[in-house]
Amino acid sequence: MALLDIEGLSVRFKTSSGLFAAVEGVDINVDRGEVWSIVGESGSGKSVSMLATMGLLPWTAQVTADKMAFDGQDLQQLSSRQRRRIVGGEMSMIFQEPMSSLNPCFTVGTQIDEMIKQHLGGTRRERHERALDLLAQVGIPDPARRIKAYPHQMSGGMSQRVMIAMAISCNPRLLIADEPTTALDVTIQAQILELLLRLQEDTGMALILITHDMGVVAETAKHVVVQYAGRQVEKQDVKSLFANPRHPYTEALLSALPERAGDQDRLPTIPGVVPGQHDRPSGCLFNPRCRYATEHCREVEPVPAAGDPARTLCHYPLEDGISPSPAAAGVARDNPQSSPHREVRP
Amino acid sequence: MSRDAVLSAVNLTRHYQIKGGPFSRPATVKALNEATFELYPGQTLAVVGESGCGKSTLARVLTMIEPPTSGKLTISGHEVSLKEGQRPPAALRREVQIIFQNPYGSLNPRKTVATMLEEPLKLNRKEMSAAARREAALEMIAKVGLRPEHADRYPHMFSGGQRQRIAIARALMLNPKILVLDEPVSALDLSIQAQVLNLLADLQEEFGLAYVFISHDLSVVRRIADDVIVMYFGQPVETGPAEEVFTTPRHPYTQALFSATPVADPNRRRERVHLKGEPPSPLAPPPGCPFAPRCHLATDACTQDDPPLERVDDRVEVACIHVDQAMARYARAG
Repeated sequence: MALLDIEGLSVRFKTSSGLFAAVEGVDINVDRGEVWSIVGESGSGKSVSMLATMGLLPWTAQVTADKMAFDGQDLQQLSSRQRRRIVGGEMSMIFQEPMSSLNPCFTVGTQIDEMIKQHLGGTRRERHERALDLLAQVGIPDPARRIKAYPHQMSGGMSQRVMIAMAISCNPRLLIADEPTTALDVTIQAQILELLLRLQEDTGMALILITHDMGVVAETAKHVVVQYAGRQVEKQDVKSLFANPRHPYTEALLSALPERAGDQDRLPTIPGVVPGQHDRPSGCLFNPRCRYATEHCREVEPVPAAGDPARTLCHYPLEDGISPSPAAAGVARDNPQSSPHREVRP
Repeated sequence: MSRDAVLSAVNLTRHYQIKGGPFSRPATVKALNEATFELYPGQTLAVVGESGCGKSTLARVLTMIEPPTSGKLTISGHEVSLKEGQRPPAALRREVQIIFQNPYGSLNPRKTVATMLEEPLKLNRKEMSAAARREAALEMIAKVGLRPEHADRYPHMFSGGQRQRIAIARALMLNPKILVLDEPVSALDLSIQAQVLNLLADLQEEFGLAYVFISHDLSVVRRIADDVIVMYFGQPVETGPAEEVFTTPRHPYTQALFSATPVADPNRRRERVHLKGEPPSPLAPPPGCPFAPRCHLATDACTQDDPPLERVDDRVEVACIHVDQAMARYARAG
């Protein structure tokens, strides 16, 4: 049985102009000790789907799912009290902006203590010992002094370490990290990613890393979910994703990476922009930007083919980099890399 | 080698005085220390480094938003001699334009695109008629890949990538020779980032622009830069042609920076050059080489003197006394 088992997760927000489907049809099964990554651009619903899992969305959100279970417990059926016992304890999360996630009015010691008190209990002294232990574990020098520090006295990297200490304080079985290093410098990013992976290995917890950085995905995750405009477009293990992307979006995204562009004069680009709430196209959401799109793509919304382990959301999934789409023949002729990149919104 | 450099900087330095409060002494923050480089038309000079390394201070000094504390800045053959509080000649200001990181904050929300583009002309080309200004604005809108109907829209109606195009258009209205790009693509999504980078490359070719490209994203820098300056704690630690610096980084900090950057290839596993700790506080600079506290090669000699940039190759300069050791070690780590 998977640790986190989500099928058909959808999140809709009530807005003044009706319901907006921020996330639709996301499936993810995370087993114990696995490292997953959810990758996508802004607006792809990667954070929202995990916030929904944690139950942290505001009341304007309508969360529905065919199945949403953590360790066999149905998260949709839980009372708030039961949910609070799991969230933060067995399943915890760290966020992008470490500086704004910590409460500026309390010392970091107090904030870590609060987590432990809530979920594990124990005497004041035991909790203090545990907090010191945790700070040492996440690589904060001189924990005895740092435990009395306020968030503004720490750098971004140190604050993120404190967030990680809080998140792992109750020995979670699943840690969700939402862009944990986006606000940090590369050398600090390397330290934090290494720390997360070391903790994951030491404790055997599962880790879900939400990111937009393909480099981070390649260096940390084992399995990857790619999201586009709220839809999950494919799900593969990391090596085959980078070698053989199945969805045209993934393929285009990978080839837009400067380091994969090789000696070409110009970078291959994806024309247009991610559709917003009001300009969602009919049919496949990626069709206006897809170079393999056909009339069929523009009219009919794709569903993952039965028996496709990657669950590719495409009428014509790529096979070894070749699209079976009838439109692909034309693309091959007039080299896609030279497509005019100055075009704007289609 | 002064083959008509469009901009040259010699020992450019910018210090900030911090006033002492009731409980603290006054201090000097050395935000930029002795930067020396030349910039040629049609070339891109990239400045890389982490936050607090003085990249943005350099941008502010180059665009004459702030005067340097000391050092010499020459733009198109004219030396900019500035005292605190003195305004630079308008003619020089037109030559250098800047594009900021965040296109959401750098465009006036109350002005239409056309108004924003016409404004520099209104101020600097007083002889131009309104119709000519409008025409120039529309021409630039087309050049940066926007459509004519975008001219009368407001910034909030555009996506991040389109806003950055507007910022670029605005910067180009006065035909500058130099564009200072302060993290121009880091706020953009990957698919949009490629579009903007290509646009910048096209414009550079078309107008023979010289770019100072400030970035922390090494894969982007590697792609577009001709020359690179790696900065740490306000000073350049390694400078040279991009290809040379990227293939054989020589300074231990450059090496650490490169190896810390994630590469989008799951099959690659390289030994990391580990970097312990964090950059020092600018209010309490360490003695000697500022990188010494984090450097795996640091010896006692490193804490004695701050090493100057020294030529190690005919085109590469490095500020480290253990260059040979660093290179040997890096070659082994592969």
